[in-house]
Amino acid sequence: MDLNATLIGQTIAMIVFVWFCMKFVWPPLMGMIEERQIEIADGLAAADKGARSLELAEVEKTKMLDQARGQAREIIEQANTRAGGIVNEARTTADQERERILVSARAEVEQEVNRAREELRRQVAEIAVDGARKIIGREINAATHRDLLDNLAREI
Amino acid sequence: MASEGAKTSAEYIQHHLKNLQVCQDESGNWIWNHCSGNFWAINVDSMIFSVGLGLFLAWLFSRAAKKATTGRPGKMQAFIEIVIDFVNSSVKGTFHGTNALIAPLALTIVTWVFMMNLMDLIPVDWLPWIAHAAGVEYLKVVPSTDPNITFAMSISVFILILFYSFKNKGVGGFIVGELMMNPLNPKDLGVPKILWPLVCAFNFILESVALLAKPLSLSLRLFGNMYAGELMFILIALLFASFFAGVAGAVLGLGGIVLHMLWAIFHILIVTLQAYIFMMLTIVYLSQAHEAH
Repeated sequence: MDLNATLIGQTIAMIVFVWFCMKFVWPPLMGMIEERQIEIADGLAAADKGARSLELAEVEKTKMLDQARGQAREIIEQANTRAGGIVNEARTTADQERERILVSARAEVEQEVNRAREELRRQVAEIAVDGARKIIGREINAATHRDLLDNLAREI
Repeated sequence: MASEGAKTSAEYIQHHLKNLQVCQDESGNWIWNHCSGNFWAINVDSMIFSVGLGLFLAWLFSRAAKKATTGRPGKMQAFIEIVIDFVNSSVKGTFHGTNALIAPLALTIVTWVFMMNLMDLIPVDWLPWIAHAAGVEYLKVVPSTDPNITFAMSISVFILILFYSFKNKGVGGFIVGELMMNPLNPKDLGVPKILWPLVCAFNFILESVALLAKPLSLSLRLFGNMYAGELMFILIALLFASFFAGVAGAVLGLGGIVLHMLWAIFHILIVTLQAYIFMMLTIVYLSQAHEAH
C-alpha cells in the first residue's frame, strides 16, 4: 500500500465534510446544548431568587410583627391612661355633684324648718289669742291688737 | 489503491474488507492473516477498535459524571444529559416493567453502536495507511462492519431475552404458554385434545423461528447497513486513483470528492439511525420478555 492520490482525494473530501459538519451539524447541536445550559441556569437563578425573596419576606414579616406588637402595646397603654383619666374625672364630677346635692338639700331642709317654725309660731299665736279671747270673753280685734299679737308671736 | 498497477480495483476492495486476524495453526504457532476457516481466529482490529471505543465512552461518561454539578452544567455535561434524557424517555415510553438494567443497557448500546458506526466517516485509507506504515498489513476500522461484533451484541441481547422470558414467565409459561399456545391457540379453536400436540408443534416451529429471527435480524441489519456504507466509501475511493492522470482522471477525482461528501453526510443519518434502531429493538424485545400475552 503506497501513498497516492487516493489519500489526497479522501483527505480533501474529509476536509469538505468536516467543514459541512461545522457549518450545518455542529451549530444546531451546540444550540441545543446552550439552550439547555441557559434553561438550567435560568431555573437555578429563579430558584435562588425565590429563596432570597422568601428570606426577605421572613425578615419583613418579623419586622411587621414587631411593629404591630409595639403598636398594640402603645394602644393598650393609651387606653389604660385614658381609662384612668375617665375614672378620675367621673369621681371628681360625682364628688362635686354630691357636694352640690348635699348643699342644696341642706338649704332646703333649713328652709323647710324655718317655714315650719314660722307656721308653728303663727299657730301658737293664734292659739294664744284664741285662749286669751276665751279667757277675756270677748273678741279681740285683730286690727287693733296687731301690735300686741306681733309682740306675742316674736316672744314665742 | 490502484497506483502503478500495484493492485487492481478488486484487490483494493478485497484488501479493505479483510480483517487483521490472528490465530493458531495446526502446530500451535500464532500466525497472522491466514486464518480463513478457523473458528478460533480473532479479528484483532475489530477487537481493538470496539473495546477502545467502549473504553473511550466509559472514560467520557465517568469523567462527566465525576465533574457533574447540580448547578449550571458544562457543555459536555449538558450534552450527556441530553443523550441520557433521550435514552431514558425512549425506555420509559416502551418498557413498562421495572428493571434497572434496561436503561443503562440501552444507553450502552446506543452510544457504543453509534461510536462504532461513526468510524465509518473516517476516510477509508487514513488508518489503514498509518497501520501500513507501522507494518500492519490489514486494518478494518469500523467494528460494526464485522458480523462477529454485531452478532456478539445481538446474541448478548438474545441471552437477556431468554433469561427474562424464563424469569418472568417461568419455564412452562415461556415454552408452553408463549411458544406452543400461540399463534394458534388449540383451546380457543376448539381442537380435540388428541390433536393438541400437532397444533402445539406447529406453533412451536413458527414461534421458534420468530424468536431466533430477533437476534439474527438485529445483527444483520446493523452489519448490512454499515458494510454497504463502507463498501460505498471504498468504491468512491477508487475514483481518486487517477487524480493526476489527465483531465478525465481529475474530473473523476473531483466527482469522487463530491460523492464522498454527499455519502458522508447521508451516512450521518444512517450511523445515528442504526444505533437508534438497535437500541429501540433491544428495548422492545426485552419489554416483550417481561409482558405476559
